[in-house]
Amino acid sequence: MAEPFLIGENMTGGYGPVDILHSCTLAVEPGEIAVIVGPNGAGKSTGMKAVFGMLKLRQGSVRLNGEDITQLSPQARVRKGMGFVPQTHNIFTGMTVEENLEMGAFIRDDAEIQETMEQIYDLFPILRQKRYQKAGELSGGQRQQVAVGRALMTKPRVLMLDEPTAGVSPIVMDELFDRIIEIARSGISILMVEQNARQALEIADKGYVLVQGKNRYTDTGKALLADPDVRKSFLGG
Amino acid sequence: MAAQRNLILFAGVALLFILTGYFQSWNLSLNILNLALLSCIMAIGVNIQWGYAGLFSTGIVGSVALGGLAVVLVSSKPVPDGWAAGGPRIFGALVFAGLVIALAVWLYRQLKPGSTRSLALAAYLVVAFFIYRSILDAGVIATEANNPAQAGNIGGLGLNSLFAWPVGALLAAAGAWVIGKIALGLREDYLAIATLGIAEIIVTVMRNEDWLDRGVKNLTGMPRPWPVPLEIDLQVNPAFLEPVASLGLDPVTASTILVKLLYAGMFGLILLLLVWGCERALNSPWGRTVRAIRDNEISSAAMGKDVKFRHLQIFIIGSAVVGLAGAMMTSMEGQLTPSSYLPLRFTFLIWVMVIVGGSGNNWGSILGGLLIGWLYLAVEFLGPQAMDIVTSGMPAGWLKDHLQDSAAQMRLLSLGVVLLVVLRFAPKGLIPEK
Amino acid sequence: MDTLNALVAFLNFIVIPGLAYGSQLALGALGLTLIFSVLRFSNFAHGDTMAFGTAFVILFTWWFQSMGITAGPLPTALLALPFGILATIAMMLATDRVVYRFYRNQKAKPIIVVIVSTGVMFVMNGLVRMIIGTQEINFGDGARMWLSPQDFKTWTGLAEPLAIKGTAAISVMAALICCALLFWFLQKTRTGKSMRAYSDNEDLALLSGINPERVVMITWIIAGALACIAGTLYGLDKSYRGIVYFSLLMPMFAAAIVGGLGSPVGAIVGSFIVAFSELIVTSAWKKILGYLAPPDWLGDGLYQALSTDYKVAVSFGILIIVLLFRPQGIFGGK
Repeated sequence: MAEPFLIGENMTGGYGPVDILHSCTLAVEPGEIAVIVGPNGAGKSTGMKAVFGMLKLRQGSVRLNGEDITQLSPQARVRKGMGFVPQTHNIFTGMTVEENLEMGAFIRDDAEIQETMEQIYDLFPILRQKRYQKAGELSGGQRQQVAVGRALMTKPRVLMLDEPTAGVSPIVMDELFDRIIEIARSGISILMVEQNARQALEIADKGYVLVQGKNRYTDTGKALLADPDVRKSFLGG
Repeated sequence: MAAQRNLILFAGVALLFILTGYFQSWNLSLNILNLALLSCIMAIGVNIQWGYAGLFSTGIVGSVALGGLAVVLVSSKPVPDGWAAGGPRIFGALVFAGLVIALAVWLYRQLKPGSTRSLALAAYLVVAFFIYRSILDAGVIATEANNPAQAGNIGGLGLNSLFAWPVGALLAAAGAWVIGKIALGLREDYLAIATLGIAEIIVTVMRNEDWLDRGVKNLTGMPRPWPVPLEIDLQVNPAFLEPVASLGLDPVTASTILVKLLYAGMFGLILLLLVWGCERALNSPWGRTVRAIRDNEISSAAMGKDVKFRHLQIFIIGSAVVGLAGAMMTSMEGQLTPSSYLPLRFTFLIWVMVIVGGSGNNWGSILGGLLIGWLYLAVEFLGPQAMDIVTSGMPAGWLKDHLQDSAAQMRLLSLGVVLLVVLRFAPKGLIPEK
Repeated sequence: MDTLNALVAFLNFIVIPGLAYGSQLALGALGLTLIFSVLRFSNFAHGDTMAFGTAFVILFTWWFQSMGITAGPLPTALLALPFGILATIAMMLATDRVVYRFYRNQKAKPIIVVIVSTGVMFVMNGLVRMIIGTQEINFGDGARMWLSPQDFKTWTGLAEPLAIKGTAAISVMAALICCALLFWFLQKTRTGKSMRAYSDNEDLALLSGINPERVVMITWIIAGALACIAGTLYGLDKSYRGIVYFSLLMPMFAAAIVGGLGSPVGAIVGSFIVAFSELIVTSAWKKILGYLAPPDWLGDGLYQALSTDYKVAVSFGILIIVLLFRPQGIFGGK
């Protein structure tokens, strides 16, 4: 099997002396949606942060398009084409929607920033309406759209989302998932952590079930949904 | 090992005082020692606030000044005419102001929130302020008109100035209560900013309110604290003169030295009592709670500890200790000079002492107080000497003059540099917290 | 007719000085609030930064005057100002490199940095004393009044001449220009926006590729330039003493906190609130009231709520009211 587009392989590490991840592997192909699920404290967010370089690995490596990026800082990974949307504090609340997007494109110095912005407004039409409004004044779902839009401004090849639907209503959640599918269709790889495991696995090409920092089940989203063990232990029956 | 190191440090500081006595004069050395001991007590107060609780106050000078004010009120000569002229009226105005504020607080709690309440209270306070001024002003004018060259104030109680010491602590504690109530529990910088302001106001009041303490005209001739005698009394006292003569000492020098030694003894005793009390408190359950709060405020609050109340308590205790030292200082000097209450000398210098000595450690504060206290006063004679040596090779000219003139200003610069260097390279200070 | 005279007196004693003093405070408070929002500490050295910058402006002014260079009706100090600004910026950047950067990299608690800033305050104050001394220096020249009192009287026939001090007018104009430039920079330029982004959400700014060291550097440059301008204007207006700038800390902090620490608009609004409150409370209203009421009604009181010595009590009072009732200030802040 060929090397995946983005892979964090056998990652072991944590924030302090205690390891949270134990030889954990996460990977995603171009245009694919990979979802990380699991119980609380399973190291889902930690696993994703490890892929993005926000914690030091003791073992294992992260490779993007065949290139070893294990030693790069998160900022350098942004330049390599990775976008990251943190779970909280993921927008500039005191700045307008448009300024948020502009800041997302801070590292770009080409002339097509305006074009990218238009694409994002096409993707999230409500943001076009509210482009001159302060992002902090928007509703929860709209804020998440700003956050995703900001990360897309660098034209990333991989978009990483840490619980994008935390704290939004079910309707807004469906809407957000639709948008995420749309983003993936454009060829961007999506790696995301989700609390709402069932809905997330429904749209996932690939699912990772983590338990205590280890890979427990890895399969397509459909297969995991169908697996009685997974259903019993993680999806509530 | 650590104990040995500390002993060496203290011995080194002792040597500085001995050398000063030997090369300059014992009078000077003891003078510096007494002021340094007072600084040590202030440093203990600051250490209680910063070292125990992490509270940064820039208003130490305010507490010192309130201590000084206590001495004026308790032990300066009574001025019956001045008091009779306006005292009751002034006192009445102050009581009125207190009642007005109490009523305002009560009204604030009773009334429904909203802009009507705000406007009504603001109007009420403005009107009350002018009534207060109309009561106060006449009293002030009458008192200040009474023999302005020698008095012009309401006078004190004329008691022994030893009684003023606890009063100084109480006054400073009261000031700390007010400011702590307002500024604690917010961002920690706010306490620093608010205390800077209140201290400046306290000092301004003492500089301008002649009826209270004669302002910049200074209040002199306050009695000594028991049991310190006056030098001139000693010099005619046979019980003092005979042993001095038999030792072959000059009675004038001997009397000044004896007086200073007595002060040193008293200050030292109080300092030791304070340290003993602090150490006991630190190792009690109270002390453990306090340190737990300092090290992790959030988790302590989660464990049900009332962080704000503890902070207020510590802030008040620390300020009271500083106020005590302020009262002791004024009572030693026998006079109040409001213009000498500079934030530099009594706020930031004390801070440097605490940080250099080692925040959180009482012995560190004492070492810092003695060392920096010596340095601060010794620079007065060492600075120009050092500058003479530095500029000795230079040709006479404006640069040489300028440098020699600026030697006196070196103090600030060197204090700042010491503070920055210690914070950066030895943030735990000379004697780190255990 | 008397109402008009009272109005002119009101302009003379309250409005014009208030606008001038408010402008000077605003330039200082803007620097404080910028430092707070980017470096996240209350800079106690800011008053002495103003004194430091002004000291250099004075040195250059003297040098220009000795060479016979003046600015005609304007104070020569305005020509010297750019050089003073450069000196202040150099000092700011050096201080950041030698002192503050270490604590930033350590992620030290803000209160530690506040204490560090008091150390910097000492050093700067000491330097100012060594460079220029502690005496009072009057370095203003050029036209003192922009409107001749005599001409005003002849034109209008009023007893009370409108007095517009040159330094007051320059202060207001300088503040207007500086604020306009600052807001243009913060709202319209990429660098300015990146500064706002950094102060809004540091982690996300890092993720977006904003270089924190660059943001910090620009903050010091702006704060230093504003401090030097503010200090010079204040010194021109009231004559210079290196040691009085320490006492400007209190009104500037009060202004910044009233407006909401971290909010530039708040700092400006707060500065005028503080400046006008100070003047209203500590001015003698006798002259203004004298035009409105019959003379024998007034008696010999000065009609002054507090003596000018208690200026600090006014800013402190405002600070206390804000801390009690709205600690986040008028314009939000953090």
